[in-house]
Amino acid sequence: MYLGRVIGRVVTTQRLTGLHGVPLQIVQPLDDRGDNAGDAVVACDTVHSGPGDIVHVCDGKEATMALAEPFVPIDATIVGHVEQFRHDGPGPQVEGQELR
Amino acid sequence: MFIGKVVGTVVASIKDEKVVSLKLQIVQELDEHNAPRNKYVVAADTIGAGQGDLVLFAQGSSARQTTLTDGRPIDAAIFAVIDSWDVDGKLVYQKEGLEAIGVEPAEV
Repeated sequence: MYLGRVIGRVVTTQRLTGLHGVPLQIVQPLDDRGDNAGDAVVACDTVHSGPGDIVHVCDGKEATMALAEPFVPIDATIVGHVEQFRHDGPGPQVEGQELR
Repeated sequence: MFIGKVVGTVVASIKDEKVVSLKLQIVQELDEHNAPRNKYVVAADTIGAGQGDLVLFAQGSSARQTTLTDGRPIDAAIFAVIDSWDVDGKLVYQKEGLEAIGVEPAEV
């Protein structure tokens, strides 16, 4: 899994039936310091996150296991809303937003 | 998953029999600002996307999670056609022709 920040949302009416009702968010992956790291991805969302939230994302086929209908071609799902993550090395600690 | 644009189609008459009867599209990967990334894939089209459509595609073994691609040597599958997306609260892309279903055109 990796940390990410939700930066946007994708709307698709024409999609595979198994995916109806599943929100699709645009997530900017973060490194363990909270800095942007790598290309933004699209991920399903099971924790009702909103723009600006820090989340953690499950990658690969395992991402489908968080979904009501697991037999879908999904390779990224937000599985956690992060309030805070600590890094014991030097550098600033990152605070996520509190849960709304 | 990534955003992509269907930029071409692959026709291969001699191919593994497990890939026969699958529509293969060339998909140019796009970033969240609708700019092309330097990557493309040949993806199985499970929902009938058209030329020039912006789509979402999955990769890896997840791509086999559809009735069409189950058990087949496929590692990329288109599963949705994009209507619109926004980043940081700003609309980045909206498919033309949505006015017909009551979505007023947005200045993008």
